[in-house]
Amino acid sequence: MTMLFIAPGTGAWAAAGMIATTVILSTTGEVLTAAAMQKIGDLDVIRERSGMKGAIKAVVTCPLFFAGVLFLALAFFSLLFALNHLDLSLVAPAAASLTLVTNAVAGKIFLKENVDRRRWAAAVFVCVGVYLLAH
Amino acid sequence: MPQHRLSPHQWLILTVVALCAPLGDTCLSRGMTHVGAITLHDPGALVRAVFTPWVGGGIALLICFFASYLTALSWADLTFVLPATAFGNVIVALLAKFWLHEAISWQRWAGIALITVGVGFVAQGPPRTERPGGANTAQPVEAAEEEHAR
Repeated sequence: MTMLFIAPGTGAWAAAGMIATTVILSTTGEVLTAAAMQKIGDLDVIRERSGMKGAIKAVVTCPLFFAGVLFLALAFFSLLFALNHLDLSLVAPAAASLTLVTNAVAGKIFLKENVDRRRWAAAVFVCVGVYLLAH
Repeated sequence: MPQHRLSPHQWLILTVVALCAPLGDTCLSRGMTHVGAITLHDPGALVRAVFTPWVGGGIALLICFFASYLTALSWADLTFVLPATAFGNVIVALLAKFWLHEAISWQRWAGIALITVGVGFVAQGPPRTERPGGANTAQPVEAAEEEHAR
């Protein structure tokens, strides 16, 4: 079934590798960006104290933020590469939904978020939901 | 204690996050389809495409999305914000159904139901959870209230 979405000459393992690369790069970017924003603190409060310029300065002077944006950009190019070999109807929902689950795992491990049963259930529900909606 | 309440301003930020990403993608998609195929022989076509209304509008919406997304991450967990982002797909699907009168298959209805339930699960909990060692310092509602009281 899945073979229908893969261009001739591209193996199933290669397809899985392309999607996995996109998911890993995207998750790394999201986690680094989230870590940067945690480190910076509440932007609404910073904006009230120092104005919009102060909020922008707080973000653009944080190295973690640029590391996150770099990985998000790499994830974007990895997605474009995957789209060159695989169908949009496979890559977009698969990458979007898997990223939700990997982000929940990475959020728990690296950001020390308290991912309780409710959030695990939400990650799985939204993951399957996004796949069904986008497919 | 973790905060279970979001201020109206924070709900607004999450709504902008949910709406701007799918709407921006849709504008970009529509704009790039109108522009036609872009080849390496004419890279200037890509620059010209940025200044067309649909592509320019899409980029503006995605900038709004990223700014709101960063703001939300500054007071909420990643595992709280991401389902909110996914909820935008539900809003766009419902707009397509009731505004553009597009047909929605039972699989897409099932997807809408699952995302809605998933977002409901997350929305019942606190936007930012406690971290071991007291690393969690963000108290969004209290901090905003203190600022107002000052």
